[in-house]
Amino acid sequence: MNQPRFISPFRLRDYGILGINRRNRDYVSRYNPRRLFPLVDNKLLTKQTVAMADIPTPNLICEIRQQSEIRHLLDHLDGHSGFAVKPAKGSGGKGILVITHREGDVFYKSSGAAVSAEDLQRHVSNILSGLYSLGGSADVTLIEDLIHVAPHFERFTVEGVPDIRVIVCRGFPVMAMMRLSTHASDGKANLHQGAVGVGLDLASGKALNAVQRDQTIDVHPDTGEDLSALVVPDWNDLLVTAARCYDVTGLGYLGTDMVIDRDRGPLLLELNARPGLSIQMTNGAGLLPRLKKIDGLKEAETRFPAEKRVAMSQSWFGGII
Amino acid sequence: MTRPSSLMFYVLVAVIFATGVLMMVHRYWVYDIPLLPGDARTIWSLEAKVSFVAEDGPVKVSLARPTDQQGFSVVRESGASPGYGLNFLEVDPNRAGTPRAQWTVRSARGVQELYYHVDLVESAAPVLRQPPPPTLAASVDWPDPYRTAIEALMSDAFQTSADNFSFARELIKRFNQSEAPQNVRLLKRAYQNRLPQLLRDMLASARVPAAVVYGLELEDGRRRQTLIPMLSVWQGEKRQVFRLTDDDQEEQKPLLLWEQSGAPVLDVMGGYDSGVRFSMLRREESAYGVQEEIMPDDSLFNFSVHSLPVEEQAMFKTIFLLPVGALVVCILRILVGVRTSGTFMPVLIAIAFLQTSLVTGILGFLLVVGTGLAIRSYLSHLNLLLVARISAGIVAVIGIITLLSVISYKTGLTEGLKIIFFPMVILAWTVERMSILWEEEGPREVMIQGGGSLLTAVVAFFAMQSELMRHLTFNFMGIQLVILALVLLLGSYTGYRLSELRRFTAFRKRA
Repeated sequence: MNQPRFISPFRLRDYGILGINRRNRDYVSRYNPRRLFPLVDNKLLTKQTVAMADIPTPNLICEIRQQSEIRHLLDHLDGHSGFAVKPAKGSGGKGILVITHREGDVFYKSSGAAVSAEDLQRHVSNILSGLYSLGGSADVTLIEDLIHVAPHFERFTVEGVPDIRVIVCRGFPVMAMMRLSTHASDGKANLHQGAVGVGLDLASGKALNAVQRDQTIDVHPDTGEDLSALVVPDWNDLLVTAARCYDVTGLGYLGTDMVIDRDRGPLLLELNARPGLSIQMTNGAGLLPRLKKIDGLKEAETRFPAEKRVAMSQSWFGGII
Repeated sequence: MTRPSSLMFYVLVAVIFATGVLMMVHRYWVYDIPLLPGDARTIWSLEAKVSFVAEDGPVKVSLARPTDQQGFSVVRESGASPGYGLNFLEVDPNRAGTPRAQWTVRSARGVQELYYHVDLVESAAPVLRQPPPPTLAASVDWPDPYRTAIEALMSDAFQTSADNFSFARELIKRFNQSEAPQNVRLLKRAYQNRLPQLLRDMLASARVPAAVVYGLELEDGRRRQTLIPMLSVWQGEKRQVFRLTDDDQEEQKPLLLWEQSGAPVLDVMGGYDSGVRFSMLRREESAYGVQEEIMPDDSLFNFSVHSLPVEEQAMFKTIFLLPVGALVVCILRILVGVRTSGTFMPVLIAIAFLQTSLVTGILGFLLVVGTGLAIRSYLSHLNLLLVARISAGIVAVIGIITLLSVISYKTGLTEGLKIIFFPMVILAWTVERMSILWEEEGPREVMIQGGGSLLTAVVAFFAMQSELMRHLTFNFMGIQLVILALVLLLGSYTGYRLSELRRFTAFRKRA
């Protein structure tokens, strides 16, 4: 590459790119009161909180709180061939183990790798002792039903379920993307591990632009599928669900992660109080102009019904390429 | 930016900054302390701490005081000793001897601690009055196996020397030979702790006036030091001082003769278990300030720790450097976007580098963390609980450090011994974090964060190492407020990080 490897900060500002310092100071610490963080840092609490507002989440098979309960792990898993083991306080997808099928006491990950019952118990034990939690504090293990990829998305993803990230500021959706797992990302939907990010139009749920490892791409690297054909069904319902997460949690700057299950439709996976900045690359647009628009809204406007807020957002930010 | 409190914030930062600068200017103008190191005279503050157990009766303690000598002159001296009468006794001009500090009390009981404090300025002025040679003592009659050994040694050294000085040098050389002959080994065994006295007596029996004197090697920030016995030899009115150890390869530190005439350093009557320990500290003062003594210790505006005992001042010298390291971390993380493992771990590592020197420090750090990662990968197979695993990590890190010290000592690399200055618990945590990072994100991320930590530590090391920073942080309290203001400003920076200019290059194609 002969091109310069850096971009001038003035051009970044012109494009309205949000940097990490500004996100931390002007959005996360301004709109997200510290006392509300446990709501999103603990998946179990998130589940219980959003359940009060009838926001659906993956079905909980069991929760394990004590090392002594690990002996009975297999009893809980009777009759479940696919499930996901998660640390309640994990962040960034750390410590999540997805089992897609089992043969007797041998479990298989989506990649086909075998996991013995002992491996599974050790993983749960590590979670409980806080290996994946912030600061290493003791944790709780959640075991949830496996999510089945909706047929609509099957050709866009490898070894994992695609998830949809919507940034919600003061209850208004401001930007959205879908993350598709690849071989390179080992079935995980984390962009920095090599997953594909597809920016989504807020008005229609249609793909705008696709990016892998910060490079624009046109087709899925593993399936060869044309990514511009991607459309999320029931788009408005999904945005309304995301917007309502603000009403339930009170967090003014929120990343909502959702999946679409084959059988149950849109489910809330987790919430994030410090959502990342890569969503700007997938949309080919900066967050700042949109966030400033929201900054200028009156307090009363943030209490409009979620449906109305979504419609306002779509009229402001929809259709922008 | 648009927060209502932002004006208040900037006013606050400006006030803190201005106060800091004013304090620095005040110290510069009023106390005449130079802003740059070097254009001032070097002051050594020495403190002798005498401790003993009193026998519940009258106590009289007499401690030798240093005098003006080659390289140093005494600026001021003081003593601290609750309940004791303290007198600085000058030398009787008719007699040889050094001035002494004498503490007296009618009745004392239990552990006693007395302090004597002296400031010396480094000076090149020649010293007019040298101590006169002692009168020659009567020859000592050594018992038999030793007498033959001593006589053989002396005639040998006499043959290869020309005057008193070369004679003394030849004698000392023979005692320092690595392959010492039979008779030297015999004497060394018999006179272990009295070797200086033996040498003096040997010189005296050859009609060479000599005395055992006591010196102090000066090194900034050292505490609990002891005096080194040395030999002072006269040739007519001229005098030369010899170290008894053969330490030519070591860098020569400035040497102060605490006691020059052969009298005992410390004399305690009415007490037992007595001892004296020295602390020392280097600082810069303008020549004017030194001579006029215009530094009142309890002035309201004298915002300095210089009124504390030297031992505590020496500790503060390092503590005052910590904010500099913290500022470096702020700059690298907020402005540059360097990723480190653990926020202030790099500062602690940098402090360890200050003790070990940079190259040794980096090598040691890489060795300890590398070996630690290998051990940790075995521990992870054992399926242990987290707390136990980190405790095991601490034991392993201590084991590695011990092993490295022993190996480096046996192979003659004494530099490697300094590895013990590493903060072990921090290292164990670093190993644990890195190992989890390795499992989850792969070796690439370990390299990024490990490299970032090391880079930050090295930059912080250079910032804290620099003579200018050490001078400013120790002599000007105001710099702490200036750093505080800078850190507050950095905390409100919402612009892009240098790393983001790279991360978002994809946007260059637009427009």
